Amino acid sequence: MKQQILCITLLAGATLAGASAETINAAGATFPGPIYQKWFENFHKAHSDVQINYQAIGSGGGIRQLTEGTVDFGASDMPMTNDQLSKVTKFKVLHFPTVLGGIVPTYNVPGAADLKFSGPTLAGIFLGNIKKWNDPALVKDNPGAKLPNEDITVVHRSDGSGTSFVFTDYLSKVSPEWKMKVGSNTSVNWPVGLGGKGNEGVAGLVKQTPNSIGYVELIYAAQNKMEYGSIKNAAGTFVKADSSSVSDAAAGAAKDIPADFRVSITNAPGKNAYPISTFTWLLIPDKIDNASKKKAIKDFLAWMMTSGQDDAAGLFYAPLPKPIVANEQKQLALIK
Amino acid sequence: MGTVVATAPPETRPRKSIAFWRDGDQISHLVTFLFAASIFFITVFLVYELWIHSAPSRAKFGFSFLTGKTWDPNIDEFGALPFIYGTVLTSFVALLISVPLGVGAAIFLSELAPPKLSNACTFLVELLAAVPSVIFGLLALFTLVPLLRQYVEPFLKRTLGFLPLFQGPAYGLSYLAAGLILAIMTFPFIISISREALLAVPREQREAALALGATKWESTWQVVVPFARLGIIGSIFLALARALGETMAVTMVIGNDTGIHTSLLSPGYTIAALIANNFTEATGDIFLSSLVELGLVLFALTMVLNAGAQLLIIATTRKGSKQP
Repeated sequence: MKQQILCITLLAGATLAGASAETINAAGATFPGPIYQKWFENFHKAHSDVQINYQAIGSGGGIRQLTEGTVDFGASDMPMTNDQLSKVTKFKVLHFPTVLGGIVPTYNVPGAADLKFSGPTLAGIFLGNIKKWNDPALVKDNPGAKLPNEDITVVHRSDGSGTSFVFTDYLSKVSPEWKMKVGSNTSVNWPVGLGGKGNEGVAGLVKQTPNSIGYVELIYAAQNKMEYGSIKNAAGTFVKADSSSVSDAAAGAAKDIPADFRVSITNAPGKNAYPISTFTWLLIPDKIDNASKKKAIKDFLAWMMTSGQDDAAGLFYAPLPKPIVANEQKQLALIK
Repeated sequence: MGTVVATAPPETRPRKSIAFWRDGDQISHLVTFLFAASIFFITVFLVYELWIHSAPSRAKFGFSFLTGKTWDPNIDEFGALPFIYGTVLTSFVALLISVPLGVGAAIFLSELAPPKLSNACTFLVELLAAVPSVIFGLLALFTLVPLLRQYVEPFLKRTLGFLPLFQGPAYGLSYLAAGLILAIMTFPFIISISREALLAVPREQREAALALGATKWESTWQVVVPFARLGIIGSIFLALARALGETMAVTMVIGNDTGIHTSLLSPGYTIAALIANNFTEATGDIFLSSLVELGLVLFALTMVLNAGAQLLIIATTRKGSKQP
């Protein structure tokens, strides 16, 4: 039996070694999954000796696997908390922002289009305080829009996700009541509404339920050509999410970004900044014992910050603003 | 790993004497015993793992975990009651529909239908039993749920709205939707196994009943069905187990709401759905171990319900028929 296992291991090892000299395993967030797959593929084309396997198992899973040391690096849609960092004993975790994404409110209101939402109104809807589409708060945000006298059906994510984290993080910043009653997390105790599994679950429910509202990732809404609303940002203008308004949120928040990049950029300042925006991070150990692995990972990071960024807009992600790339390049030196 | 397990016994060959080796009975006894023992070990291992990994949550909440109604990862407060309620309610609704339907269909297919029709239907039923649950879930989400929201739920509210069971807004996503899709999913199991059990009833039993002057239906209902009782009950247990543990299809149509509602039209949640939805992103220790403890609760719930159903059946059948 042992011999058989040995044989299989040897065979497997041989095939892998034949394909590439360095295999790197990573796991984590699903939201940046599409661009990571593309990056790792393109990087492999340019550096045939490096093969990066990425498993999009969710941010929580990525953090857990990195902590347990079963992957070479992780990926997450939310920065690790101090508590989580303290559990990683063998090395320190460096956060590298890779791209940005936005979360958009999507709705199905027969007869209404291009709806606008201010932060407190959105929080009021998801708290269940604003119950009807023709509520004065919504009418005030949307002068001239035809809003029906119908009950609002709220749809949220039922699975834990970085998308929910960013959305609830934004609502916590604009509504003290939300912060006190619900708070922000990958999954929260939703006061009202139906839960759909994944972006597709939320989108499906919104599409088939009249007078409903939900939230999905910008890339999902854009790829499926869904109707989505504008949000009033910290500067007071209604902004619709797209690649440039999401990038502007990072640029607006740039001077407040700490050295370790663990920061939320929701409700960022800046006239054109889209308020429900977020970085997504790669979680890299600061100490990598295997020299060739270390070189491969550092090469990839340097490539990702420069040439890799060109792939972002095509997949509806927003590229990193220049000042942030400059700071990340400094952080590269910390990998020993 | 399959190959490794299969090759394990031959490894012990050289150590055994040739005399023993010739004695096929003992080997088959040993091998089948090991296979049977593996069921026991898997169960024990499962419970052990669930028990160990749920330790932080058990220490923090104790038995209040079972009665708690709040599920809030932000304040690390977890209670299982809404999910236990949702699991039991949806399984109950499912069996309420699928048992009469399934057993009735099985009786028709085995006793009354022309053989050609019976075989064709059986083939379809077995096909249904093999459909992955995610397909049922999608089907339910895009056809059953809109039907419920537009026609069935408003109708129920108009006619039976005085009952607390049928009140509140009609979202489509509801305990009722979950119960219905579970009924559809469990019903092929009941038909398929019940039909086999009914077909296995000896011909003499039917002939004896007919000879005593019973009608075809009397012989079926009073002789054949009681004789096949154990098989039919087995099929119901299997259906119950599937209903309790079903995840994908349920989470797509139940609405995933963490409250407890009397109305069948309200959205709810089941244990399996909650675990599947939250496991990948559960970052806190207490959160994770609460999910594991929910797994333990589901395990216990399945045992309790199965035992309860067994007792119920023993109690109800004792006064009825005298067949084995």
